[in-house]
Amino acid sequence: MSQQPKGWKELSLAGVCWRPATDYRTGDWRSFRPVRDPKKCTKCLLCHMVCPDASIKWNKETQDIEFDYDFCKGCGICANECPVKAIVMVQEGGE
Amino acid sequence: MVAKVEQKTMPLNGDEAVALAAKQSDVDVVSAYPITPQTIIVEKFSEYVANGEVDTEFVCVESEHSALASCLTAALTGARTFTATASAGLALMHEMVYVTAGCRAPVVMAVTNRALSAPINIHCDHSDAMAERDSGWIQIWVENSQEAYDSVIQAFRIAEHPDLLTPVMINLDGFFLSHTLENVQVLADDVVKKFVGTRQFPLVLSHEGKKVPFKLDPDNPLTMGPLDLPDYYFEHKRQQEEAMHIAPKIIKDVHDEYAKLTGRSYGNGFVDAYCLDDAEIATVCLGSAAGTTKAVVDQLRAQGVKAGLLRIRSFRPIPFDDIMKNLETVKAVAVMDRSNSVGGDGGPLFHEIRHILYNAQSHPPVVNYIYGLGGRDMSPTIIQNIYKDLAEIVKTGRVKKFVQFAGLRE
Amino acid sequence: MVTIKELAEKPELFTSGHRACAGCGPAIALRYIMKALRGPTIVTEATGCMEVVSTIYPYTAWSVPWVHTAFETAAANASGIEAALKVMKRKNRLKHEHVDVIALAGDGGTYDIGIQALSGAAERGHDFLYILYDNEGYMNTGIQRSGGTPHGASTTTSPAGTVIPGKVQYKKPIAEIMLAHEIPYVATASIGYWTDVIAKVQKGLEAKGTAFLHLFAPCPRGWRSETSKTIEISRLAVETCMFPLWEAVNGECSLSPQSKAIALKPERKKPVTDYLKLQRRFAHLFNPKFQYVIDEIQTDVDKRWNRLLKNCNMPPVAKA
Repeated sequence: MSQQPKGWKELSLAGVCWRPATDYRTGDWRSFRPVRDPKKCTKCLLCHMVCPDASIKWNKETQDIEFDYDFCKGCGICANECPVKAIVMVQEGGE
Repeated sequence: MVAKVEQKTMPLNGDEAVALAAKQSDVDVVSAYPITPQTIIVEKFSEYVANGEVDTEFVCVESEHSALASCLTAALTGARTFTATASAGLALMHEMVYVTAGCRAPVVMAVTNRALSAPINIHCDHSDAMAERDSGWIQIWVENSQEAYDSVIQAFRIAEHPDLLTPVMINLDGFFLSHTLENVQVLADDVVKKFVGTRQFPLVLSHEGKKVPFKLDPDNPLTMGPLDLPDYYFEHKRQQEEAMHIAPKIIKDVHDEYAKLTGRSYGNGFVDAYCLDDAEIATVCLGSAAGTTKAVVDQLRAQGVKAGLLRIRSFRPIPFDDIMKNLETVKAVAVMDRSNSVGGDGGPLFHEIRHILYNAQSHPPVVNYIYGLGGRDMSPTIIQNIYKDLAEIVKTGRVKKFVQFAGLRE
Repeated sequence: MVTIKELAEKPELFTSGHRACAGCGPAIALRYIMKALRGPTIVTEATGCMEVVSTIYPYTAWSVPWVHTAFETAAANASGIEAALKVMKRKNRLKHEHVDVIALAGDGGTYDIGIQALSGAAERGHDFLYILYDNEGYMNTGIQRSGGTPHGASTTTSPAGTVIPGKVQYKKPIAEIMLAHEIPYVATASIGYWTDVIAKVQKGLEAKGTAFLHLFAPCPRGWRSETSKTIEISRLAVETCMFPLWEAVNGECSLSPQSKAIALKPERKKPVTDYLKLQRRFAHLFNPKFQYVIDEIQTDVDKRWNRLLKNCNMPPVAKA
């Protein structure tokens, strides 16, 4: 995002998008971050389903849940929905 | 010029000629809504579909706005698309006219020029297409049904050119051309199909970092029609302007190739200069009034008057050089407008011709006659009087009135 | 039936990095929809929140072919794409056996400005799935009321004033309107129940002809609810019968499990206040002066619930 925007001669025709949204890190929007207790977590993956930003991923190799803090906006839906209350929302900048 | 191919003469009105041209051009999707005087186009096309004469999806949409929206997305999916409308229908499409040009979709649209309401009027007038001047569409204005047939076929080649990707509007006068029977020379189906060819897709950069064909294809996903913030909109619009700079060469190449094939040409493709080589007085117009004016010019020439006519065929992009070249040696010019820019001190064509001639060394006086609104007849008498006025201007060196309404009851 | 693990392992076709608000219901809706695809798909969208947040040039969150043209054109766009695919297939210019077409629009682009195109497309029977993500207002332009805004809700064009307490009119029964179009598949779903959403999207894609899915998706920003409660509110909408779940296959209506459970045991039905109290767009109704509006809402919910029960051949609830 710090690069100079392209001029009209360089751009492809018709305004077709040429960068994936994942180039834009929405993670710095949040005020609270979800923290998961792996001991309580049953890996039911409900949090993965309900996250509006696809920021909770299932890692096939490690067979574990991963939070992608590059994009998490801190809405707290995962914490609210977790059936075993394994996720708590912690203020950013705090402990 | 002698035609290279055999042609058949058929009695067709402008609408029928347009429908036939679209049919022969192997169009994939036609999405249209009926409006007088375009109705014969959609009716004829429906007949072709019902009789299995054409392999086209004919979508009877519920409004013109949806007609153009669906043609646009069909074109972006990879189909060759065609639609037709007039007047209020074109006005209803207005939003989508701009969107289609902005999305760089090669839609071809025939407009049977008709007055805009209110009061509602179904007759010929250029106000409908004039309201779309700034939209980014190529606009070609035809003089007769033959030219309508020829131009629709050329339009597919022009619009779909991979460097151009700009929609094309073919304008034919409502009723005067759309409903009037003419002998039209028609090509064989396979000749037209060969001429228009198949769609080529330029490559564009996708969000996956690859250059892929510009169409909606699950194998190479593209995002089209995004939101532009102030950091990019201006550049995208400049690209559309650039397309208009590239267009003249393509319009000319297609026109000339077609002329070689059929023996028919329309001036140089951009303007039709009639008796202008040594003309002292000249009129400028669009559309079918040119036919009547040519007859008047012939009469005047027979009387020794050095009269001429410049018919503009390519209105967008406006052929700056051709207009300048043909008119700068004329001593007085009358621009005839079949629409008005209300409160604008003259009609739209007048403004554009004046703008071009402002740079001419000679600086001839340019006057405006607004005529024929709402289908008011433009008779040879009215045109003769215009030439009389021009002769008066040359004689006295003075213009009495710059903007007048010809054929109006005071 | 695919497992949640299999769904979690699929690549996200509506990716992270979109600019929706935290806790956005429609963004969740779109993720569910994209998880339900069965093959090559083209998506077309109307102007609105989801279109704007996901395609700010040059960025895009879409990994499927996607096109936006205008506000009222989602169904017209889909008609054009479907027609093009059909003819290209006939002329051997399409390498895929079948491509699904999905039209996405908010309540703005569906109830109001987009209804003409939707009705026309349904009448012509184009083969596509139209999904309405309903956040009950023109949220992208600043929370103005739409035909889908419920009675009593405060929006910027139906504000909770001292004289008029929020929206006067009631929510247009859009799914019933589409049912009256006699299309092969009509359904309602809520993001509170992801398995139901995915099943219905799949059914809609499979239907031959026009399919319509009304998908309830709260907007914490516009509804002034807590961002963490979006899913909870989506469930309450069903539990209070503010937004019952049903589907109609070739005009035959049936309740979906979550709403059927309530029909079978009416004591399960929660009072509307349980739902209203979580959203500050209804906060003004808790002033005793406007208690009557809550009563009106409850009466209307009960009336529509009874109507639905009748359509689904279930016994009506006796009046209290």
